[in-house]
Amino acid sequence: MTAVEAPRRTRILALASGGGHWQQLMEMRPAFEGCEVTYATTLAGLPEEFGASPAVIVPDFSRSDLWRLPLVGWRIGGALRRCRPDIVISTGALPGVTALALGKLFGARTIWVDSVANAEEMSLSGKMARRVADLWLSQWPHVAEESGAGYFGAVL
Amino acid sequence: MIFLTVGTQLGFPRLVEAMDAWAATTSEEVIAQVGSGRVNCANLAPRGMLPPAEFADIFRRARVVVAHAGIGTILAAKRFRRPLIIVPRMAGLGEHRNDHQAATARALEKGTAVRVCWEVAELPALLAETAPEALPEGPGASHAALIEGLKGFIAAAPLRR
Repeated sequence: MTAVEAPRRTRILALASGGGHWQQLMEMRPAFEGCEVTYATTLAGLPEEFGASPAVIVPDFSRSDLWRLPLVGWRIGGALRRCRPDIVISTGALPGVTALALGKLFGARTIWVDSVANAEEMSLSGKMARRVADLWLSQWPHVAEESGAGYFGAVL
Repeated sequence: MIFLTVGTQLGFPRLVEAMDAWAATTSEEVIAQVGSGRVNCANLAPRGMLPPAEFADIFRRARVVVAHAGIGTILAAKRFRRPLIIVPRMAGLGEHRNDHQAATARALEKGTAVRVCWEVAELPALLAETAPEALPEGPGASHAALIEGLKGFIAAAPLRR
């Protein structure tokens, strides 16, 4: 008789930039119950405030400083190598798109939940995330319908 | 004490000046996180970028929080169960890139305890409320449905070798 190995827990990398994006990601934590989660954000001190650990800090960037992409990519790549996630989930913004794109290269399933702040149309980063998200969600039913995204509900 | 926060990025002179004028008429302290740019606020206690722990402490102590319609602030009001008055930033007044805050405010106006202030002239009346309703903690039905949907996807994802 050979011992049957217990299936390991699902590993998740959950990344969002600081502020509203991060808070929304924190509101989704009950969905990660029973999983091994590594958190990542752009503002030191935030994970501690929310008791989110382990956590890594990655540099932030936006469309106005795209030159930082290689640095951000390198740091997210490091987090992916350490975490080896089955799932990468983000609520935004550009570092989140980067994490989904790299996570997909690593073979993870990817989830984009567009910020609830985008009540009229998908965010620009959300539109970019479409190509690399296996599950692509809006938090507004009418935005989901117009954009072709999925909709389950909203954190508000 | 009233906590005024307009986020950490953009200034919001329309709101800050209205709160400054209101503060001149009352003895109640107004702690203000006024964002970037210069603005008249002689009657407020302005703070720069607040570290998370201090932000949380001021938020918890506030009688009412007055804010722009930023999601971070709205979720904080839920987390700390404080009464919240929001003033949406208007793109037409140069307060944001687009009117997403107005859309958020319209959505919250129906069915939540958030008070939406469309004109800053309405602020004194809203602040005079003696027992403003605090935002409830915990997920509503829509939040619970989002969690369930995400859980389902995560459970169905194959584990990597």
